[in-house]
Amino acid sequence: MNTTEQLLEEVVGKKVREADAFNIRIDGKCAERKESPYVKIITKKEKSGIDVHVKEDTKLAFVHIPVIITESGLTDVVYNDFYIEKNSNVIIIAGCGIHNEHQKNSEHDGIHRFFLGENAKVKYIEKHYGSGSGDGKKILNPTTEIYMEPNSSMTMETVQIKGVDDTLRVTKATLDKNCTLVINEKILTNQKQQAKTEFLVEINGDNASTHVTSRSVATEESYQEFKSNIIGNAKCYAHVECDGILKEKGQVKAVPEIFAKNIDANLIHEAAIGKIAGEQLLKLMSLGLSEKEAEDAIIKGFLK
Amino acid sequence: MIELKNICFTRNKKKILDNINLTLEDEKFYCLTGPNGSGKSTLAKIMAGIEKPDSGQILLNGVDITEKSIDERANMGIGFAFQQPVRFKGITVYDLLKFATKKEINKKEACEYLSKVGLCALEYVDREVNNSLSGGELKRIEIATVIARNPSVAIFDEPEAGIDLWSFQNLNTVFKELEANYKGVTFVISHQERILDIADEIILLKQGKIVTCGKKEDMLDSILESSKCCKKVKE
Repeated sequence: MNTTEQLLEEVVGKKVREADAFNIRIDGKCAERKESPYVKIITKKEKSGIDVHVKEDTKLAFVHIPVIITESGLTDVVYNDFYIEKNSNVIIIAGCGIHNEHQKNSEHDGIHRFFLGENAKVKYIEKHYGSGSGDGKKILNPTTEIYMEPNSSMTMETVQIKGVDDTLRVTKATLDKNCTLVINEKILTNQKQQAKTEFLVEINGDNASTHVTSRSVATEESYQEFKSNIIGNAKCYAHVECDGILKEKGQVKAVPEIFAKNIDANLIHEAAIGKIAGEQLLKLMSLGLSEKEAEDAIIKGFLK
Repeated sequence: MIELKNICFTRNKKKILDNINLTLEDEKFYCLTGPNGSGKSTLAKIMAGIEKPDSGQILLNGVDITEKSIDERANMGIGFAFQQPVRFKGITVYDLLKFATKKEINKKEACEYLSKVGLCALEYVDREVNNSLSGGELKRIEIATVIARNPSVAIFDEPEAGIDLWSFQNLNTVFKELEANYKGVTFVISHQERILDIADEIILLKQGKIVTCGKKEDMLDSILESSKCCKKVKE
């Protein structure tokens, strides 16, 4: 298997070309594309990127949009817009794999915007992966903007496990009435990697809710930063959870901000950062796991 | 069989365990009881390797395990149920049972272990071992992980602590079954009369010393009447 196929498998899985529609971008250019009667993919004219249109009342569609970078020194900026029309249900798997064997930095900045129509339902999965032993950094800076019309729902799952040297992940969302937004983020950093994430969620409609969970593991000399800002402008519910595990000289900083601007807004923030609890290690060791196996099992479970 | 020889343990100038000598035989159900602070949990932790004695020796089926670590002892056949079960984030009941059995058991097998402790297995097997589970549920899952290991010495530290009466009825059934069928040593720390009732032998610990040790027929009445701890039992 060549490097590109390996990276594709890492970020999207083996069935990358089995989706209803897909767009594979390699080293800044569209390499392969497939559309379906319900999903149209159009190349943007004014800037780099695509528009993905999911037709009204689509029962369930799978869309894959992986990005692969193997060219050292390349900075690939891409603007992808997703228009999910009303009553449609779609699962989108995106992801970026960078392989850098050389000295120059490789960077991918993906700016994704989601426009959800009424009653639309989206599951968005994004996985970031870096490989290659070159000195050049592997940098990923994804920005996600989510605009939700009434009764729509979105679940966003993002995973970044090792390999990415520097990342700034920004997620912004506005929710109208009865909308639900669930975000699960998992990040593991090692060596001298840095990962920063920022969430800005504005809840403007009654009975809308959001649940943001961030689980981070910072090992060796890596650094992570979690910032969240949830604004409740209506009768709404928000729960932000930031859990961090530290190993060796890893550092995690959490900056929570919740702002209730309505008497019926109910906003909660929880943050807990620390090393693996000794009692957890003892329990797993009492089941026969060595200290190292117990530690790995706890981290694997935490990031599952 | 597990033997404890001259076990001593002192912390902050206080003798927690004072020259403990004990031989526990296979196929027997032992109950360790005594007042709070008498050293019961410390004794159990020393057997499991969570605490190291200042002096003395522990033999498991004739092999000296005094210097062995927790995981080495676990792999040699010691099972330990914590008094306060540990919570995790992300680790499921199924994961714990797989760790316990050290093999890729399927969900049906995992469910069998949960059914043994009176849990409606399908509802629990995929749940995370976290704060969403009640004290009684966690306690039964804890016991299931020990039973799943089929250890040669099964140690339970106050299985009744922190659970409601309803859950306790179920637990009592679990221990009755262990008493009837289990081939190894069962060692339960308890204050509960109904668990003392099941025991083949009761060991009474006070201020770090074994005060008396013997068959339940000979001991139960005297324990219930004489010692402080037994006020708790009567309640």
